[in-house]
Amino acid sequence: MPNKTFFWFFLPTGLAMILFIGLPIISTGIQSFYAQHDQVVKEVKKCDPFGCTVSIVVDNEETTKIRDAKPLGKFNGFGTYTDRNHLAVDEIKKFWNETESFGAFVDQVTNLPFYKALIFTLTYCLFVTPNVLLLGFIIALSLNAVARKIRGPLIFGTILPMIVTPLVGSLVLFWMIDSQGIIGANIQNLMNDPYLSLKSSKTLTWITIIIYGIWHHSPFAFVVFYAALQTVPQEPIEAAIIDGASRFQRIKHIVLPHIYPVVTFVALISLMDNFRVFEPIIGFSAEGSAQSLSWLIYDNLVNEEVILFGSAAATSMMTIIGIAILLAPVLIRTWKEFKTAR
Amino acid sequence: MDYGLDTKSTRLKTFNTIFIITWLLIACFPFIWTFWGSFKVRADFFSRSDWWYAISAFNTLVETGGKFTNNAYTEAWTEGEFWKASKNTIIVTVFVVSISLFLGTLGAYALSRSTEKYAFWILMIALIFRAMPHITLVSGYLFPFFELQIWGILPTTIVVLVAINQPFTLWLLYSFFKTVPKELDESALIDGCSYFQAFRHIIMPVMWPGVITAGLFSLMLAYNDFTVTALLLNQENHTMVPKIQSYLGTNQHEGNLMWAVSAVVSATAPLFMLVMFFQRQVISGLTAGAVKG
Repeated sequence: MPNKTFFWFFLPTGLAMILFIGLPIISTGIQSFYAQHDQVVKEVKKCDPFGCTVSIVVDNEETTKIRDAKPLGKFNGFGTYTDRNHLAVDEIKKFWNETESFGAFVDQVTNLPFYKALIFTLTYCLFVTPNVLLLGFIIALSLNAVARKIRGPLIFGTILPMIVTPLVGSLVLFWMIDSQGIIGANIQNLMNDPYLSLKSSKTLTWITIIIYGIWHHSPFAFVVFYAALQTVPQEPIEAAIIDGASRFQRIKHIVLPHIYPVVTFVALISLMDNFRVFEPIIGFSAEGSAQSLSWLIYDNLVNEEVILFGSAAATSMMTIIGIAILLAPVLIRTWKEFKTAR
Repeated sequence: MDYGLDTKSTRLKTFNTIFIITWLLIACFPFIWTFWGSFKVRADFFSRSDWWYAISAFNTLVETGGKFTNNAYTEAWTEGEFWKASKNTIIVTVFVVSISLFLGTLGAYALSRSTEKYAFWILMIALIFRAMPHITLVSGYLFPFFELQIWGILPTTIVVLVAINQPFTLWLLYSFFKTVPKELDESALIDGCSYFQAFRHIIMPVMWPGVITAGLFSLMLAYNDFTVTALLLNQENHTMVPKIQSYLGTNQHEGNLMWAVSAVVSATAPLFMLVMFFQRQVISGLTAGAVKG
């Protein structure tokens, strides 16, 4: 296709992506170097028959004036990145010098908002992704062994958790697991502990959100693996059966190597999706004990008083860097393949 | 696996059946339970004293005189203005699907027929864009949108959702157009057609299977979106998902929580029917990029 024709065909979608994905990333980058203005304060002298007092109040008029003149805020350089709510450079230095043991240091650092969120996000990815792959593969194998006639409805039932939006999915589970729901109440009865509830412990909340993640993402892995299983060649498997290979050996030596590229694909996609975990935290109302990077950004953007554009943007940029690190191996591999193919 | 030589032991078969039934219960029961509970009053579905009330409908009988009540639905749809949210969702979904398919088919067709190096790089960039968490993009939109005073209205959200949706649509339709033989449109070009004419008369009639799949995914994205709609729309223009969140409230006072339950059911039912109807297309779309490796 000639370049000119390509240009016209691609222009609409290219424009949409540049304007609403490319530019916003740049806009986020710029915003991250600015911080909201401080409030202007003035001294007010108040006199009454008992004498005069000087009090400091916020000058709303002046504050709005400055905000209107420079809506982006004041230039802050890398200040937002290094402040307490982000990388917390000073705090970490302080902790390093003051704390006695390494354990105490780690304890202090993991209490800082950004690191707390980072650790939750990574833990979530680390537990959800492998389990999604495993469960998805087992369901695919298992459904593949069922008679063809009834597979349709079974597949429909299996993919339900995936097609609802994460907020709805987590709410539906939360209403059952909550202390007033069917599962939560029964666990309370079983454990004989009327105060046992999701919100009572951080570990329980984390486990619940991770279970939700596995529940929500496994169907995707299942669908892809199921489709891949249909393409596994029959002859080697028949040969293996004749040679007396067990079911497990057949899966390990024939099926798995055949679908290996698909496994990396699913792992990559679910890693990318898990890294942006955020809606389940709202669905489970777990803000108290579990915060993710995306949730931090959301929290800054829905701030009641002043929207913290700079703070949200700085977290966003660091999230994007995180995504880039995750994606780098794939991109490098594709580039190498592309270079050798030329 | 249906291999002629492969004989399964009965023990394995039973184990397999039990596993599938357990999994299906885990996957589907929460939805069935929510559906059942949406016809109860709050004191039953979120019972403080006894979870069995949700089944025996003790409080529902006391409060409404029947075992089932659709109070939650009528209240949420009228008082809770869920009708407005669903109207907004329909507007957003229709426009997002049609615009992203229009842009996506043109772009993906061009990508699939180009032999230049830049086509590869465009696809790679689209992959990177696909990986961007939506919330990071939203944090880039908010400030400029406030300044331009286009925040809060439906058209802005539609355009944003179209753009966010483009990378996936492009990839999906690209792999679909790759399966349409080049000879089809090349012969039309030789006969003197322009590329646009070839696209209009040769490609358009055969592209519908791919377009339906891509359309379904655009629809699910627009319908299910929370991040963009919750932050870019004002209260008045909220679509269903942010509306559900607003019912949750902070203090969870009576009534509203049941509105959320009935709203969840109302929002999920059409989606389930759609997927039941188009199950094959959904699955082919999910596997499009994957199986080829």
